[in-house]
Amino acid sequence: MNQKESERNLIPWDGALSSSDFFCAASAFSEKWKRFNPSVPPWLWVPSPKHHLLSSHKEEGYLSLEGMCFIKSSEDQKSCRSQTWKEESSISQEEEAVDNAALVQSCFDEVNHYDFHIVYSPSYRVPVLYFRSYHSDGQPLPFDEIEKDLPNHSAKIHLESKWTFITQEEHPYLNRPWYKLHPCGTSEWMKLLFHGDASLNKNGFVIEHYLVSWFSVIGQVFGLKIPLAMLETVSC
Amino acid sequence: MSGASTVSASEAHKLVWEGAIPLLIHLHDSEVTTLPPPPPALVLAPRLGYLPLLISQLKPYFSSTLPPGVDTLWFEYKGLPLKWYIPTGVLFDLLCAEPERPWNLTVHFRGYPSNLLLPCEGEDSVKWSFINSLKEAAYVINGNCKNVMNMSQPDQVELWRSVLNGNLESYQRVSSKLKLVTLEDEYTENINAVPTASQENSGEGDAAAQVKSGRIPVRLYVWTLTEDFDDLESAPQIDNWDKVSYINRPVEIHKEDGKYFSLHDAIKTLLPEYFPASSFGNLGDASTNLSVADEGENTCDPDSSSLPLENAEIKLVRIQGIEPCLEIPFSWVVNNLMNPEYFLHICICLKVSEANAVQ
Repeated sequence: MNQKESERNLIPWDGALSSSDFFCAASAFSEKWKRFNPSVPPWLWVPSPKHHLLSSHKEEGYLSLEGMCFIKSSEDQKSCRSQTWKEESSISQEEEAVDNAALVQSCFDEVNHYDFHIVYSPSYRVPVLYFRSYHSDGQPLPFDEIEKDLPNHSAKIHLESKWTFITQEEHPYLNRPWYKLHPCGTSEWMKLLFHGDASLNKNGFVIEHYLVSWFSVIGQVFGLKIPLAMLETVSC
Repeated sequence: MSGASTVSASEAHKLVWEGAIPLLIHLHDSEVTTLPPPPPALVLAPRLGYLPLLISQLKPYFSSTLPPGVDTLWFEYKGLPLKWYIPTGVLFDLLCAEPERPWNLTVHFRGYPSNLLLPCEGEDSVKWSFINSLKEAAYVINGNCKNVMNMSQPDQVELWRSVLNGNLESYQRVSSKLKLVTLEDEYTENINAVPTASQENSGEGDAAAQVKSGRIPVRLYVWTLTEDFDDLESAPQIDNWDKVSYINRPVEIHKEDGKYFSLHDAIKTLLPEYFPASSFGNLGDASTNLSVADEGENTCDPDSSSLPLENAEIKLVRIQGIEPCLEIPFSWVVNNLMNPEYFLHICICLKVSEANAVQ
């Protein structure tokens, strides 16, 4: 056991991660995601561009999931909206089928495209979800339209929270405005998820399951669910 | 003792707070609807301030000539749209390798490049960005941002006003309530007792946890040169933000008794790829310790593992417009040269080989 591990076993876990731990956690997460979510695009690791040569080790970068499409069915206005996430390629196949049938009314109100990046924050020592959304023509979505895509409870929390939980900020690597879920409380609720159990620190258990647990909470903001089988790998 | 210690702390703070950049601001041609075009506006912009806050000074110069429409203020320097949430002094230190006085900027009141720049709705946006950075700094220093979140409304107002107006006394009065202690100056006695979150939370005599450490909020802006220039004026202009590496990463201090931590040391810990000789073994970030890394499955670029490490040459380090001697204690730099949101902004130019240049 190296020095780092022995120290980790003694200190009560604070819900946070080091940046090298994040890389391990990201690898574990993307592998599990591929295994349990084969019908969805995989999370890809993007070594930090341009920072590539300035990173402390080659594992600096972020996880990227791009081309998720959020479809609202035009029928459900009042009752719970049917919210479906699909990948871009499957949508274009369906649209072709529609065209071929020469229907006048399209089945979908609108398709909003989402790109998600999971980026490590050295200040908060936790992962942060960045996202951007755009129409099929590439036009970015204004925030009030993004809010409509969120499940009802998310939108409500955002409006009521004085912490302004979704904020617009520059992407740490890409020099463009993106949206992010504010990381302020993350370490607190991550601690709770693992019941503050310091013994879980052994053998990198926490690192391996960190992002699965994290995403099980964060994904709910967008109604993105983790398959039960994937979550079960974390329960102990 | 280094020269820095002959300037008392309060003198240094005053100099920093009084620092200002003379700007010569030209309205963009496309927004000039009258002849003759209006002359440029000469304004003195506080280093610690932000460009959008200049609108009240600028509007009178140009309002009569603007085309109809809603004002969406933004600035550019030689074609580069300026990021409004970076303090004015930092923008100047970064983009003007050879300081230009006055600094010639172009202002726009229309056509905001919202694909490139975060939206700015005037003073409120700037204030929000400032408070957010302050919260982040508090989190870095204390492990939480409770002290900032719990600020009373009058205190918050006074804090922001003191930054707006460049009022150091008022700022010190309010900010001291936040109790954000970064580092003891290393040349004073008793450098050991720095109250940090890690010490408070470490609990009962747990040896491994009683590491004397602190985290310092730092924002690094790095650009690279591949050759020497006689004067920096002839160096290539930064014409694209992709040519600047923005590194928002705390410096982790692990104090060993008697060991001296200089500004140079701090820079090396933030850029270990360029200074491989220094490996500050520590518990986490900016570490070259790869023992935990899972090299199993990842879609990492396989070539990156064989990058030649080289010792880059530091050509320029600028903080608050000065080029400090790199050997001065980092603690002095932090305590005297940081911005009001408790971040230390450092502009660095490195000379590297072609292969390792930033973009």
